[in-house]
Amino acid sequence: MRKKGTPVKWRENLTALAFLSPNLIGFLIFTLLPVLAGFLLSLCHWDLFHPPRFVGLRNFVDLLGWYTDEGKVHANDPRFWKYLGNTFFLMMGIPINMAASLLLAMVLNQKLVGRTFFRTIFFLPTICMGVGVMLLWMWILNPEFGLLNYLLSLVNIQGPAWLKSYAWAKPSLMMMQLWVAMGGTSMILYLAGLQGIPPELYEAADVDGASGWDRFRHITLPLLTPTTFFIFITSVIGGFQGGFDAAYIMTRGGPDGATTTISYYIFSHAFEWFNMGYAAAIAVVLFGLVLVVTLINWRYGGKRVHYV
Amino acid sequence: MSSLSRTTSRRLAHGLSYLFLSVVGISMVVPLLWMVATSLKSPTADVLDPAQWLPDRLHWENYHKVWVEIDFARALVNSTFVTVAVTAGQVFTSSLAAFAFARLRFFGRDKIFLGYLATLMVPSTVTMIPVFILLRELRWINSYYALIIPAMFSAYGTFLLRQFFLSIPPDLEDAAVIDGCSSFGIYRNVILPLSKPALSALAILTFIGSWRSFMWPLIVTHEKEMFTLPVALASFQEMFTVQWTLLMAGSVIMILPMLLVFIVGQRFFIEGIRVGAVKG
Repeated sequence: MRKKGTPVKWRENLTALAFLSPNLIGFLIFTLLPVLAGFLLSLCHWDLFHPPRFVGLRNFVDLLGWYTDEGKVHANDPRFWKYLGNTFFLMMGIPINMAASLLLAMVLNQKLVGRTFFRTIFFLPTICMGVGVMLLWMWILNPEFGLLNYLLSLVNIQGPAWLKSYAWAKPSLMMMQLWVAMGGTSMILYLAGLQGIPPELYEAADVDGASGWDRFRHITLPLLTPTTFFIFITSVIGGFQGGFDAAYIMTRGGPDGATTTISYYIFSHAFEWFNMGYAAAIAVVLFGLVLVVTLINWRYGGKRVHYV
Repeated sequence: MSSLSRTTSRRLAHGLSYLFLSVVGISMVVPLLWMVATSLKSPTADVLDPAQWLPDRLHWENYHKVWVEIDFARALVNSTFVTVAVTAGQVFTSSLAAFAFARLRFFGRDKIFLGYLATLMVPSTVTMIPVFILLRELRWINSYYALIIPAMFSAYGTFLLRQFFLSIPPDLEDAAVIDGCSSFGIYRNVILPLSKPALSALAILTFIGSWRSFMWPLIVTHEKEMFTLPVALASFQEMFTVQWTLLMAGSVIMILPMLLVFIVGQRFFIEGIRVGAVKG
C-alpha cells in the first residue's frame, strides 16, 4: 500500500477530514472550547442575569486565600477546605476497596467450579449502580426500619443513625461504595493481572519451600504493581471528581455539610446560587489537582514498577 | 507431606474458598432481593417491619401506582430515546474518527490524537458550566438536544476503537484496495464487520453510562416532561420520602434494563474493561 515518506496528498487529507469531522466538530464545541471558556469564566463574576464582569484573580483569592484576625488565620472560604477534606476522607475508601477486589480476584483465580457464576454475581452491584441503588441503600441504612440496623439488632447492637449522623454519614457512603465496587472493574482488572503471572514462578517458590504469605508478598504483589498503580490512579482521579450523585440523592450534602464534596460545591455555586465565575474557579482548582495526579502517572506509571 | 494429607488440605482450601465466595455473593445479592421484596410489599404499611422478609402477598399495584403517579412512562420513554440516540451517536462518530486515526494518513494526525487523549483527564465539572451556558444561549435547555448532543462525542470511545482497529491485520484490506474499494468501503465492509466485539463493548458501556447518568440531566432539564428515569426517581423521592414500596418499585424499573443489557452482552462488556485499561 502506501509507503512511508510518500507525500500526503490533499485528497487523503480530505478523506481523513470527512471521517474525522463528525467527532472532531463535537469535540471542539463540547470539550475544547468549554475548557478554554471555563478558564476565562473563572476570571469573571457572572450570575447569568447581568452581563459578566472581569475580575482578574479575585475568585481564586476568595477561594484559596486567607486573612488574619487577632493573630488567628482564617480561610476566606472555610467551606471549600471543609469540602476538600470531605473529598479526601471519602477517597480513603479507595485502598480498602482495592484490597477487597484483590482478595476476591485471588480467591476466584483458582480452578473452581462456578467461577464465571461468582464473577457475574460480584459484578451485579457495579452494573446496577445509579439512583436506584442509592435509594436502596438509603432504605437499608434507615435508622428505624432499615435492614442493616435490624441485622445489628439481632446481635444486640444498637446501630447508629448512619446517613443522618454527622460522624457516620461519610463511612456510610464508603460502605455503599465498597459494596458497589469490590466485585467490579478493579476485580476484573486484578483477575486479568493474576492470569498474566507465569505459573513457573509459583512452582519455583514451592521448591524453595515458600509459604503462602511469601508467595503473595514476593511474587503476586510485585507482579501486580502495574495493575495496582493503574487502578489507584484512575480511582484517585475519579475520587476527586466524585461524590455528587450519592450526596445529592442520599444526604443533600449533609448533615451539616458532612458529605459535601468538591463536585457538589461546584454544582451548588453554579446551579443553585448562580455564581458561574466562582464555580468555574473551583473547577479550575479541581482540574489542577487531577493534573498533578495525571503527571505523577505519566512520570512513574510507564515504568511498570516490579522487581523480577 | 503425604499425598493423602495434601489432598485433604487442598479440599479444605477449596471448601474455605467456596464458603468465602458464597458469603460475599450473598451479601451482594441480598440487598437487591430486598429491594424487589420491598417493592412488592403492602403500600399501606408505610412502617415496614424489616423482620418480615416476604410480602404477605405480591402487591403488583405498586408498580402500576409508581407508573401512573409520577408519569414514569414518560420518563422511561425519555431515558430510552436519549440512551439509544447517545449510544448510536457515540458508536458512529467514534468509529469514523477511530478509523481515520488507525488507518489514514493525514496532516497532524498524531498531534490531534494526543489532543484527544489529553482531554480524557479534564474533569467533566470543568466543561459542564460552559456547555450549560452555550446550551442556554441556543435555547436548548430542557430539550432532547441538551440531553443527547453534548454526550454524542466521546474521546474515550475513539481511543477504545482505535486500539482495536490497530490490532486488525492490514493485509485484510489489501484485497479490498486492489478491488478498487474506497476508504469508506474499507471502513464499512472490512473494519466494521471485524470489530463487532469492540463496537459491542463500546455500545454497552455507553448504554449503561448514559442510562444511569444523573448530574447532567438534572442540570439541563427543568420540567417533568423532560426528566429521565434517574431524575424522575430523585424528584419522586423529594415528594414522597416515606413511600419506600413505591421508591423501590421505581428503582427496580430503573435497574432492569441495565441488568438486561449486561446479561446479553457480558462477554463484550468485560473485554471492553480490559481493552480500555491498556492505555497507549
